[in-house]
Amino acid sequence: MSKELIRLQNLCMAYDGETILNNINLYINDKEFLTLLGPSGCGKTTTLRIIGGFTTPVSGDVFFDGVRINDVPPHKRQINTVFQKYALFPHLDVYENVAFGLRMQRVPNPNSRRGAKLSNEEIDRRVMEMLESVSLKGFERRRVDALSGGQQQRVAIARALVNRPKVLLLDEPLGALDLKLRKDMQIELKRIQQQVGITFIYVTHDQEEALTMSDTIVIMDKGNIQQIGTPEDIYNEPKNAFVADFIGESNIIDGVMVKDKVVKMYGRQFACLDGGFAENEPVDVVIRPEDIDIVPVEQGQLTGTVTNVTFKGMQYDIIVDFRGFKWLIQTTDHSPVGSKIGIKIDPDGIHVMKKSEYSGMFGDYSSFSDEYDELNGADEAREEQGNES
Amino acid sequence: MNRKLSLLALPYAVWLFLLVVIPILIMAVYAFTTSESVATLENFTDMGIYASVFVRSFRLAAVATLICLLIGYPAAYFMAGEGPGFQRVALALIMLPMWMNFLLRTYSWMSILENNGLLNQLFQKIGLFSLLNSVTGQEIQAFQMLRTPGAVTLGMVYNYLPFMILPIYSVILKLDRNLLEAARDLGADSVQVFLRVILPLSLPGVLSGVTMVFVPSVSTFAISRLLGGGTQMMLGDLIEQQFLGGAYNPHLGAAISMVMMIIVVLCMALMNHFGEGEEQAVML
Repeated sequence: MSKELIRLQNLCMAYDGETILNNINLYINDKEFLTLLGPSGCGKTTTLRIIGGFTTPVSGDVFFDGVRINDVPPHKRQINTVFQKYALFPHLDVYENVAFGLRMQRVPNPNSRRGAKLSNEEIDRRVMEMLESVSLKGFERRRVDALSGGQQQRVAIARALVNRPKVLLLDEPLGALDLKLRKDMQIELKRIQQQVGITFIYVTHDQEEALTMSDTIVIMDKGNIQQIGTPEDIYNEPKNAFVADFIGESNIIDGVMVKDKVVKMYGRQFACLDGGFAENEPVDVVIRPEDIDIVPVEQGQLTGTVTNVTFKGMQYDIIVDFRGFKWLIQTTDHSPVGSKIGIKIDPDGIHVMKKSEYSGMFGDYSSFSDEYDELNGADEAREEQGNES
Repeated sequence: MNRKLSLLALPYAVWLFLLVVIPILIMAVYAFTTSESVATLENFTDMGIYASVFVRSFRLAAVATLICLLIGYPAAYFMAGEGPGFQRVALALIMLPMWMNFLLRTYSWMSILENNGLLNQLFQKIGLFSLLNSVTGQEIQAFQMLRTPGAVTLGMVYNYLPFMILPIYSVILKLDRNLLEAARDLGADSVQVFLRVILPLSLPGVLSGVTMVFVPSVSTFAISRLLGGGTQMMLGDLIEQQFLGGAYNPHLGAAISMVMMIIVVLCMALMNHFGEGEEQAVML
């Protein structure tokens, strides 16, 4: 659909003997909204800084439009950045913050070796146009520290975009905003990206943000890329237990692949759609909480005991004990705590993954209180969760 | 609650009143009276004969402040960019002379700058004078360094340089590194990053450094006495003479002090105003 713009080849990064990036290979298409997603310390910000030119990789190459740019300093790259805490210039007003990059620009001019500055009229026109498109008209002469978080955010975006970069890097730009504003800005960012038609590379630890905005999600952990794909691919076909747990809610159960399209769990065979495994290969089975139907005990493929019920408005989150392993099920039917229920899973609700280093670490809802915080979107809890994993 | 807290400021208010407000009032009374306690403006009109002292004081202080700025800014900038270990050592070295008595430091400069002092002896040893004399045909035995305006300026720079370095250093150290990255990201090379971000953001440090060097310089009397050897009379010396010296006339001394104070306050106000203007200029 579109051509490749940035290629990262065998990128390695280490700091104080600790590996930050471990052989990263990634290409990014023109006009793509790509998100680097992962827990803190996974290497996503380092990857972004390498693309921006602020960090030099220990080994590996960065190509921009086919040209190796490892040694090109940040101010000569056609890339601009929206920094995590905005980094607006406190001594300049809104207008001058946005105009900063334009005042640095030199256009080729036969009379001057360094090139000519942009005319004040040109700068003024572009700054005003940009402020208008981020709804900050009338704020030109405001001090930046007199703005709200959301307004500062938009100044930071305007300051970067006014230079008409080929790529915009965004380092957790919504992290400092409250939930409501964050949701609005997600839609706003996506709109801006489609309007200006350039590549956005977005770093976040928030899976929901990534799913909402991205064309492509790159899931990272411990300096490795775990999976690259569209939001649908990553949600429906997670590659390993880490991805399945990080994106959305998952029950991850030990299973054995009996043969193509048949997987055995709890000593019972289930029909599924996956194939290509060895006979009797041990696997991880992912079952999303919304793909499970509750049925009378006698009709169930499995039976378990309800241990916890939480009303969530649209559905109940219920925790069900299946022989010591606790599942999360999302359902519109109420089942009281202590009752026995049966469940049924359709073949397309079962996703089989190869065993990985993450097997057995995720997917059990025994420690329900932690998971409960996570379900409620408590940011701190989510951060800690991320750090632990 | 607020009233209770404001009680805590009472000791300071009393202190301020007794030791600042009252002395200034006493000084004003002296400045506008004669020794017979008759109101007069004579003390101010008589001051004209000392115009050269005023000019010299402000000129030397201004030159010393400028030199301090030219040495101090790069030093502070360099220090702030080094590792924490280097910074600790550099800070200690800058503070170290300040732990020694001010007069002692100034006396030691006398013995360095004297005609048979350390520097001239060094020049003698390396044959500088014989070389110079053979070229110019003169008979120079020593450079006259003491009792020159240069010596006084040197004394000021030496004594007050730390007061220039420290405020600039602390401002630069606190600069948000992200701002520098943001400037580079927006296309600024290192010179532009300095001129458009670091310099304007460090101006508050420069202003307080300039104040802290200029004010004590303009009113010093020990440095001009010791290193100027009486040839470089400054306002401080003049005032001291009116109170303690042979020219005893506290009424004139008070008047000179008041005029000096007013000029200094005006200079500072002007500079602060100019400083804000500077910030605006960089903006445009």
